[in-house]
Amino acid sequence: MFETLFIGLSLTSVLLLIALGLSITYGAMGVINMAHGELVMIGAYTAVLSGIYLGFNIFAAIPLAFLTAALLGLLIERVVIRKLYGRIIDTLLATWGVAIILQQLIRLEFGMTFFGIRIQGLGPGLQQMRVPSYLMQPYEFAGIMIQPYRTFIILVTILLTVLTWFLMYRTSIGVQVRAIMRNPQMAAACGIDVRRVSAMTFAYGSGLAGIAGVLLAGFRTVMPEMGANVVVDGFLVVVVGGVGSLLGTVLSAGLLGQLNGIVSVVYNDIIARAVVFAVVIGIILWRPNGLFSFKSR
Amino acid sequence: MTYNRRAFLKTSAAFGATSALAPGLWTRAARADEKIDVGVLFSLTGGLSIVEQSLADATLMAIAEINEAGGVLGKMINPIVEDGASDTRTFNERATKLVVRDQVPTVFGCYTSASRKAVLPVFEQRNNMLFYPTYYEGFECSKNVVYTGAVPNQQLSNYIPWIINTLGKKKFFIVGSNYIYPREMAKVSKILIEQNGGEWVADEYLELGHSEWGAMVSRIRSSGCDVVLSNVVGDSVIAFYREFRNQGLSHETLPICATVTSEIEIAAMGPEAAAGSYTSFPYFQAIDTDANNSFIERYRRFVNNPEAVTQHAMECSYFQVYLWKQAVEQAGEATPDAIREGIKGQSFDAPNGRVTIDPENLHCYLTPRIARWGSDGQGEIIDEYPEPIRPLPYVAYGETEDDLFCTGAGLDSSRL
Repeated sequence: MFETLFIGLSLTSVLLLIALGLSITYGAMGVINMAHGELVMIGAYTAVLSGIYLGFNIFAAIPLAFLTAALLGLLIERVVIRKLYGRIIDTLLATWGVAIILQQLIRLEFGMTFFGIRIQGLGPGLQQMRVPSYLMQPYEFAGIMIQPYRTFIILVTILLTVLTWFLMYRTSIGVQVRAIMRNPQMAAACGIDVRRVSAMTFAYGSGLAGIAGVLLAGFRTVMPEMGANVVVDGFLVVVVGGVGSLLGTVLSAGLLGQLNGIVSVVYNDIIARAVVFAVVIGIILWRPNGLFSFKSR
Repeated sequence: MTYNRRAFLKTSAAFGATSALAPGLWTRAARADEKIDVGVLFSLTGGLSIVEQSLADATLMAIAEINEAGGVLGKMINPIVEDGASDTRTFNERATKLVVRDQVPTVFGCYTSASRKAVLPVFEQRNNMLFYPTYYEGFECSKNVVYTGAVPNQQLSNYIPWIINTLGKKKFFIVGSNYIYPREMAKVSKILIEQNGGEWVADEYLELGHSEWGAMVSRIRSSGCDVVLSNVVGDSVIAFYREFRNQGLSHETLPICATVTSEIEIAAMGPEAAAGSYTSFPYFQAIDTDANNSFIERYRRFVNNPEAVTQHAMECSYFQVYLWKQAVEQAGEATPDAIREGIKGQSFDAPNGRVTIDPENLHCYLTPRIARWGSDGQGEIIDEYPEPIRPLPYVAYGETEDDLFCTGAGLDSSRL
């Protein structure tokens, strides 16, 4: 029983990790960021490359991946998204283009393959990030087997969720972000620098994706296409939870994660996937704006 | 005479009318005598390009070697390389182009079963030849394909008895990716497990590319099995082995015995996650013979990468060109019908040992081997069949060596 719940909890944490950044960029800014998965992928590659060239372990790679992905997010916001606020379908297309460019950058080793130069850790192949053995070896505690790596992911996710909550609801910048979410024109009229705050918010959401990438690299495969699967899960969670609601995102990640975990243990993973999608469709039909959504004016 | 593609198109255009009207009658007059064109059709772009690029490289290396040694019947082999782009429709289009417009007598290519099925009608309707280098699920009997990779009986018929008798494991948990190859492999495995007095406790599938193995590994742990038979393919393999280790399972007590985990996946998962597990293939990079060491060295020089990894389908891509060369030489001409007759019973000393094309079903005699993965990412070959065994593409349906379903006369479909 505990094990089933633990699997569900672990799935929840992975979903939440991916959706947290997305709920901020999508919720706060109305940008359908198809490149979110690629930012996760960039985070994973940051971990792989910093491990090879700088000797960083996973703990050092986390802040580095946050910075890399955040800076990249800032760049994407400045170059592409800034011009497209309020045009939600256009952001979808534009960020999808960005996603393809990022994938190809990694696959073509930043274009170096054309000159016959190989960069270890890049390219179309599969990469790996080393995980310290004390995070891999499970141990028994009171008759229950503890998996340190999964536990580590859960802890980091809780930490990041609390941090995000604190930033959004207990700081002045958070108040500004929430004001922009409700009504950007009115926020601007009240003296909020909408452009600057939006850029910072997008960078923060991207940075969270980077951290998710590092943690995923520890137990999934690192490859240029890894982001594509991830982004679908992220959108599921955000849409079910309700756009722009942190609580909704947390609860919907919990709901979908546990549902997936329980059904996949009792039946199998393929049925679990189908059940999750059925529930998502049901929830969207029942509450088109998701479980938790504020009334927008 | 310099002979480029433009000149070739001009010549073939002159004869285009006749050959287009009678596609089955392959006219030898349509080409110049200095070169023999052959098609090379793999995915050079897209998701499958990681593996297929290496198969294309191995094919081109064999062609380059043959040309250096004087070619075939005194003619150079001229490879026309096309990109299948990891897309079955593109494979069909490119194959049609090679067969109809370039009028090659043979195409070397395809990696996935899906791409082979997509091009098969082209080769059958136009009576052309495809040389297919991948291990696959069997259940096919075409007069227009030479299959040089392993079929299920060549990966499993020594493997299952060995697991039961040598490892002493009797309760199998069968797990695979959800498509035809793992399902056919599971079918053959179950027959062999029951014949050898073992039992299977589960037969489970996950979608291709699945990377969340928590629930499946937990089910493996509580199933009471003592060995896992894995037909999982592609990048899911990595997540699977890592999760296996993260949940505290050890290959010492509960080994994963895999049929498709190759050197490529082992390198990507980190060798420590696979150390102690097993794989069955006719070829491993670790085969320590002069022929193989020289093959690895030449391949690394050819692709200009001192760390390049070699594996089974790649080795087949290489030696099947040599088999083709011998067939052309024996037949005396390079036409599809002559090649089909010439290839029957043809033998070659490949890097993995002696390989022979079965005259009945056009599959390849191969030597099954079992390797135990070490912590350095290389396999150690711990069991090897004394001789190459006969390919039986219909073994899952009761085919045996003395009772073939697929013969030179075609498939006896009343037996299925």
